[in-house]
Amino acid sequence: MLALGVIPLLDAGGPWLPGSRGGGSHSAEADDAMAGRPLVRYPEKTDLILLTSRPPQLETPKPYFDRAITPNEAFFVRYHLIPIPTRVDLATWRLRVGGVVDKPLALSMGDLETGFERVSVVAVNQCSGNGRSRFVPRVFGGQWGDGAMGNAEWTGVRLRDLLHAAGMRPGALEVTFKGLDEPAAPSIPDFVKSLTVSRILDDPDILVAYEMNGQPLPMLNGFPARLVVPGWYSTYWVKNLTEITALDHAFDGFWMKTAYRIPDNSCGCVEPGGKPAHTVPINRMNVKSVIASPADGTQVRAGDATVLKGVAFDGGYGITEVLVSSDGAAWQSARLGRDLGRYSFREWSYELKVKQPGALRVMVRAVNRVGESQPAEPLWNPSGYLRNVVDHIDLQVM
Amino acid sequence: MMKCCVAGLTFSLSLMVAVGVGAPAAEKSIKLPEDNPLGQLKPGPNVDVVRSRCLACHSTDYIVLQPASDAKKWEGEVQKMIKVYGAPISEADAQAIVEYLATAYGDNGEKDQKSKTGKAEK
Repeated sequence: MLALGVIPLLDAGGPWLPGSRGGGSHSAEADDAMAGRPLVRYPEKTDLILLTSRPPQLETPKPYFDRAITPNEAFFVRYHLIPIPTRVDLATWRLRVGGVVDKPLALSMGDLETGFERVSVVAVNQCSGNGRSRFVPRVFGGQWGDGAMGNAEWTGVRLRDLLHAAGMRPGALEVTFKGLDEPAAPSIPDFVKSLTVSRILDDPDILVAYEMNGQPLPMLNGFPARLVVPGWYSTYWVKNLTEITALDHAFDGFWMKTAYRIPDNSCGCVEPGGKPAHTVPINRMNVKSVIASPADGTQVRAGDATVLKGVAFDGGYGITEVLVSSDGAAWQSARLGRDLGRYSFREWSYELKVKQPGALRVMVRAVNRVGESQPAEPLWNPSGYLRNVVDHIDLQVM
Repeated sequence: MMKCCVAGLTFSLSLMVAVGVGAPAAEKSIKLPEDNPLGQLKPGPNVDVVRSRCLACHSTDYIVLQPASDAKKWEGEVQKMIKVYGAPISEADAQAIVEYLATAYGDNGEKDQKSKTGKAEK
């Protein structure tokens, strides 16, 4: 029985801290990145893998990705700036909608709940740099394993309904989003993101969400309200929202103009170690799938059936197939779980019957509605974004 | 690789919830734990400069989990902290910090070779 607040560091062998397996394989490189990473329990959270303390970055252990919905307490955490908000009083919190509008608004939580249509969308929230620690050659940045992602039902109001209520003017070009986190010094660029007005008006699923899986947002996932941009990487999903501002010009803040940019080509990639000629802001998520169980390195008996489970997702076209292979040439269809919508994790499962003893590498890849899939070899960019190489586990067949 | 030990990270949480099923919290307040004690900097030249200049903005685990890199790459990161993130660090301190990082978290070329081996094995 654990004393409250004291978390033992689990030895190699737990499903989320894979044991070292000896030279050269993918597993060994993955192990190097994850070895020694403790489990920690932050407020409103269960045991999560610590990446950094301050600002906090916590990732979700892989076993949670065998089901479509990620519980709020297991959802990953990522902040850019300290101080992060640690206290919000709904009596005084207001969401301000202003800028190029006729009627600037200062909305309370009650205003949001009663003054606008309440809508929901099930959507994956994934960090742009999920999987960065696996890059070869390595790159600087948050050294995420595979746990900087989660899927939840988000409930709130349509962003375009808010802008309409504020009387956003025809000359508005872009809208910026700012949260309660603040830079530690004025020289540090504040975390502000933007979306174009056309992107917003075309998409009824962009929400200001005040519920996550039917509950108020955890503080560390954006209480009391956050932006939800289904299908796009989570850099846009500004947490602890406080200001929405319409602009009549393009926004050139640091976190749009300099940070979070990808090579301007179809793969978002360059030669390993190279530099892109042109970049664009990161945007829609690519196709991705993961094997959540069994864990990498699991022993199975020849002749037994082993059930593989995981999830697959993309940037909103929807997953149509998940394929499993043990040789990279022949691929079999996995069974897909319930469809919770095109922005959601899709559960998949596959019953594997292995006859031959020895080491066995099992791979999974997903295909979306427009035929996009995943590369067999990892793609590279200098920022460590967009990782979606075919996932695999190594089984020991006895 | 770091081996295990007990990480005593404590927290406290206070939540005042409005009465009623599904009613939102009227106020939320959390207390964050201390910086991860396992993210300590390795000993090295000028480590005191790193502590005094870097920890104002972020915990040490932002540093210690980065890939082992040579002085040129570490210099790039330190200059980014100054030029892009506005860290108030003098040029002299910047050089001291780079020396520390390249020593304590340096790359002797081994990492690159291990990566190449990893790529070659299929």
